[in-house]
Amino acid sequence: MRGAENHSIIEALQEQIRNLEGGKGHRRAVLPFGIEELDRRLPQGGLTLGALHEVAGGGNGALDGAAAALFAAGIAARTRGKVLWCVTRPDLFAPAIAQAGLPPDRVIYVEAGDEKSVLACFEEGLRHVGLGAVVAEVARLSMTSSRRLQLAAERSGAIGIAIRRWRRQVEATDFGQPTASVTRWRVSVLPSRPLPVPGIGRARWQLELIRSRTGETLDLEVEACDAKGRLALPSKLVDRPAQKEIGRRLASA
Amino acid sequence: MPATKAKALVPDLIVMDAEPAADADALDRLALWALRRYAPVVAADPPNGLVIDTTGADHLHGGEQAMLADLVARCGSAGLAARAAIADTWGAAHAVARFVRRPTSLVLSGGISTALADLPIAALRLPHEIVDSLRVLGFERIGEVMALPRAPLTLRFGPELGRRLDQALGQLAEPIDPLRQPDAIEVRRAFGEPISAAETIAQYIGKLVEGLCRELEAKGQGARRLDLLLHRVDNRIEAIRIGTALPVRDAKRLTRLLCDRIEKIDPGFGIELMRLAAPLAEPLFAKQTISSLIEEPEVEISGLIDTLSNRVGEEHLYRFAPVASDVPERSVRRVAPAAPNVGESWPDHWPRPARLLPLPEPIEALALLPDHPPASFTWRGIRRRVRRADGPERVFGEWWKRDAELEAVRDYFQVEDDGGERFWIYRAGDGEDAATGSHRWFLHGIFG
Repeated sequence: MRGAENHSIIEALQEQIRNLEGGKGHRRAVLPFGIEELDRRLPQGGLTLGALHEVAGGGNGALDGAAAALFAAGIAARTRGKVLWCVTRPDLFAPAIAQAGLPPDRVIYVEAGDEKSVLACFEEGLRHVGLGAVVAEVARLSMTSSRRLQLAAERSGAIGIAIRRWRRQVEATDFGQPTASVTRWRVSVLPSRPLPVPGIGRARWQLELIRSRTGETLDLEVEACDAKGRLALPSKLVDRPAQKEIGRRLASA
Repeated sequence: MPATKAKALVPDLIVMDAEPAADADALDRLALWALRRYAPVVAADPPNGLVIDTTGADHLHGGEQAMLADLVARCGSAGLAARAAIADTWGAAHAVARFVRRPTSLVLSGGISTALADLPIAALRLPHEIVDSLRVLGFERIGEVMALPRAPLTLRFGPELGRRLDQALGQLAEPIDPLRQPDAIEVRRAFGEPISAAETIAQYIGKLVEGLCRELEAKGQGARRLDLLLHRVDNRIEAIRIGTALPVRDAKRLTRLLCDRIEKIDPGFGIELMRLAAPLAEPLFAKQTISSLIEEPEVEISGLIDTLSNRVGEEHLYRFAPVASDVPERSVRRVAPAAPNVGESWPDHWPRPARLLPLPEPIEALALLPDHPPASFTWRGIRRRVRRADGPERVFGEWWKRDAELEAVRDYFQVEDDGGERFWIYRAGDGEDAATGSHRWFLHGIFG
């Protein structure tokens, strides 16, 4: 009885905090991943729309940002409307983005000269009502600039994804600094599941939710985006010994 | 030299009558074209030049160097052999464009005196007599004249020499009398008392834009380019140019685009006249946008495109579109962000890397020929063992595009190392025939 009472008090307080934060106090729309284990741990059951999210790659991914870009493309693919992608280095390969579910007609790229103008374009995009998602590849993200971005996103309702990508490995420690973003993810590549035949299977990622405002952190192994931008959980079935045997037999046949 | 003598010297010389009036007309037409295309302040500089004030307009063309290259290339394709130069002053640009043997030159701020020092005195736009008598005295270069005391020079040659030198060095103002389009839509506002505060300028920009939009509406047109010319009390003209992707008549949007660039204006001692013109306008008709009967349309984003392209430059804002080519670096092309949807994507038989290196990087690889993936490779000093691999995906050279690719072949492999990182590598050549490539290995992309 007492526990239930406490629970309701906590909920009331949380509601009060949300009112203070969100202005009008309405619950924000979310974009679920469609994976039960992931959505359950996120506040309100998905990625908050109209908010800033951060993604970085783990290991060498902090420099090339390849997996992080695909992760962001998968999220952007599941929104509605055009997507603005701000870069400083034009090394993104559009066919791969299309394979993550984002067709070329939907993405507008901005190639800005330096970090400062990337952030300016990012904010300009987030301020504009009608975009589905705004993605930007940035190295440094200060508390002030992330706060600006977050406020801009709250007003327009577009999802903002900052892909943190550095030029040197030592700079990647910057990822520990606090920012105003709602969630912070790290995507690291994992060896793919062995196939029964020579070749490479669907890519697998270690997905870490390092920080989540009003939520818990998370560490999950997922399969990379499919052609619709959806992640998947690796199925346990194939790892069963019997199945493995079949696989081996098939491979040797 | 009489024409008969010239013909005797060069047998197949083509002789035509000089037509100064027609030349001047053609120069004016060229100036008008430059006005529409490049910058708001343009004037003909007879007999053979144009003068363009690029301040506040180069951002639309990707910077000064790109703008010069574009200008010269376009003149070249129209059959005009052009040379162009940008400098801080009209005099310096005039001299460098005519006396430096390069199609485009850029004189950095503060580098005028060094750039001019080596040029002949004739580059200073002086009458023949002065140039000749200076040569008689032994002066050939501008640098030699610059080093002389001014008073004896003026005593001997009159004020013209000193004036031209000062104009070239920027010590004396030389206003450009801008060409005006006869049929352009234009509104203007003169101030009794010069204005200079940013807020005041913004306020009057708003009023001018409203006036311009009314005129545009009366003609059924929308602006593609807007020029704001601010005449300062010291007889200089500050200019801002903005461009839009689609014709626009929305006063709020145009005001915002212009006000974004207010910080580029140097009001000096004050602005006494503001002129807003639309040198490029296209038909724009009212259309119904919201109807409950049809599906909710996608939100219009041309406003965002305009804001961003005025900030980073038009060619830095693009969409990718597929090209039917197997060679990866040629399979994408850039299209304008507001271009109609292409509606198709790339074929997805094979996975493609998220990052494509600008140039394939050579790697050291150990592999069985002809069609096995490498067992290990070394990239940027790190040796990686290949755990799993997929391929080869053979890409043939496009001999119809380049002769050198007649027999060229690339075999692409997707490889995964111990840590799970995936790379896109290829071997130049088919592994058997040396004519198809060097059989060296390259890393071309990184999968996520």
